[in-house]
Amino acid sequence: MLGYTITQWLFGILSFLAIMFALMVVFTRNPVNSVLYLVLTFFCIAGHYLLLNAQFLAVVHIVVYAGAIMVLFLFIIMLMNLNADTEPRKHIATRLIAGTIGGMLLFVMVGALKGSEQLQLVHGGSSQIGLVKNLGKVLFSEFLFPFEIASILLLAALVGAIMIGKRDTNINSKETINN
Amino acid sequence: MLNGIPINFYIMLSAVLFIIGVVGVMARRNAIIIFMCIELMLNAVNLLLVAFSTLHNDANGQVFVFFIMAVAAAEVAVGLAILSMVYRNFKTIDIDLLSRLKN
Repeated sequence: MLGYTITQWLFGILSFLAIMFALMVVFTRNPVNSVLYLVLTFFCIAGHYLLLNAQFLAVVHIVVYAGAIMVLFLFIIMLMNLNADTEPRKHIATRLIAGTIGGMLLFVMVGALKGSEQLQLVHGGSSQIGLVKNLGKVLFSEFLFPFEIASILLLAALVGAIMIGKRDTNINSKETINN
Repeated sequence: MLNGIPINFYIMLSAVLFIIGVVGVMARRNAIIIFMCIELMLNAVNLLLVAFSTLHNDANGQVFVFFIMAVAAAEVAVGLAILSMVYRNFKTIDIDLLSRLKN
């Protein structure tokens, strides 16, 4: 097909879809649609991981992002009853300036990164490091201590989220007493 | 080349995704959308880490991506708890209004 392999076609299609969905995240008025487009972007990125033969990360990405984090976002948005009518909009000048700054930043990054890494003939498709077995060996030997620290971090985040999200009963009871 | 895809293509794709996230943070006023754009930026970096890890046949990059995902999950949990508390107190999550509500 025009001299391209199937992997190159998949890369092109997934990249196009990821960029389009990412743009829709930013430019959609309705926050719920924005979340759904972000989920689609994450699925495209998971497809990229599969192309890079990082199967473990592809599965973890879908489970953690599409499965847990985006459901949390959707839940909060529905809890706050946000939709396109209540959506605040920045002034048109601010948005134009944001777009200009983004374009200039892209220009600088593309210019700086253009010749950074020359084409290297490493065969990514045959690399086996992304499989669960090999990644697990590295994770539980070389990175065992950071792995345990990450579990403590998640526990701390859990406790913190509950403490922050809890309705402050002391203040409310004081207010009722004063009233 | 990764399966016949030059690494430069991955660099460009990650740069574009990152810039879209940056523009989203600057152009939107809804605090939740800003959070989502930060997630998008994190994922652009993750994609580049995985691409380079596969290119150099080195597992450390993918382990880093794993830890970034764990930190992102913790960050989202705490951040959304803060946002829901802000919404409960001020009935808005418009960041332009919230900047004036400090006292």
